Amino acid sequence: MTLWIQILLVIGLVLTAVYLVRATPSASHQAVRRILVILAVLVGVVAVIWPGLLSAIAHALGVGRGADLLLYGLVVVVLIESVSNYKRSVTQARTTSALARELALTEARLEDAIADVAALKKSSPSGKGK
Amino acid sequence: MTPPVKPAARSAKNHDVWIVIPLYNEAPVIGGVIDELKKEFANVVCIDDGSTDGSGAVAREHGARVITHPINLGQGAALQTGISYAREQANAAWIVTFDADGQHRIEDALGMLKLARSKKLGVVFGSRFLDDRTNPGWAKKVVLKTAVWVTNRTTKMNLTDAHNGLRVLSVEAARGINLQQDRMAHATEIVVQIGRTKVPWQEFPVEVIYTDYSKAKGQSLLNSVNILFDLIVN
Repeated sequence: MTLWIQILLVIGLVLTAVYLVRATPSASHQAVRRILVILAVLVGVVAVIWPGLLSAIAHALGVGRGADLLLYGLVVVVLIESVSNYKRSVTQARTTSALARELALTEARLEDAIADVAALKKSSPSGKGK
Repeated sequence: MTPPVKPAARSAKNHDVWIVIPLYNEAPVIGGVIDELKKEFANVVCIDDGSTDGSGAVAREHGARVITHPINLGQGAALQTGISYAREQANAAWIVTFDADGQHRIEDALGMLKLARSKKLGVVFGSRFLDDRTNPGWAKKVVLKTAVWVTNRTTKMNLTDAHNGLRVLSVEAARGINLQQDRMAHATEIVVQIGRTKVPWQEFPVEVIYTDYSKAKGQSLLNSVNILFDLIVN
């Protein structure tokens, strides 16, 4: 009965890919992440207190040992984490770009304004008589 | 800081046109490119994208208006900065995007402008694949054709050359552009956003001059993977 774990892992991986391609960061994602963190802590505590339970779940899913199940889960979690990190870095890069652009444009506008004033000053004394 | 060079709008031609050049480490060639452009265009804006070889200073010496990114952001980001700057200028009617490495011909830019003015187009895209003057070599052709394929799939516009740096935009069309892709995928993104503005557009046959210099700096085959990835991943 390795089928169950196979289905679970494939679903996990496909969802990771969908997350990579589709999702944009939002408040609900943050909520989901926080719920998952709390769940992970609870599951961890249970697994530490009753080590046999992990093995029992592993057997039920068609995995040989509890440690193997833990490893499979870890791989999926690491993948989701790196996708999430990648997306966060893209968002940050865009923010940085927007900020740097505003800075460059502000400097350019300032230079233009200064040049305009200088041109005005230059033309006004001699320009009066014309 | 050196005072910016104000364009002599009365003496030069095409004073309603702003040439926008993303500039990153092109010091050996940018001077010549600006000199050529200055013969026909009063307003040449270079966006120095954090160059480390003094490209910005060279461009300024040759009479271009230089806007400096405080850090290197990528070609797409530089293009957006240039478009943002040009479209807020009081006398701007047209924006021409131009590559810094000297691969475009001024005659093509003039031809595209003429077409845009006479047919009241919003955008004219330069294409190197409308005639057989340009021979990019097979590797480059694979990259470019991949980009075209992706672009046409995502935009339902039917372009023959998506990653050509020579484009003419009306200021109205330029107002609809807000590039997020900082790296090379911006060339597809710009087409997507123009498609959304529904302005009339046309392609124009241009020749791309591959010098040894531009060949050495050109896109590698692997970069088409990057372009695809940036476009697919949200």
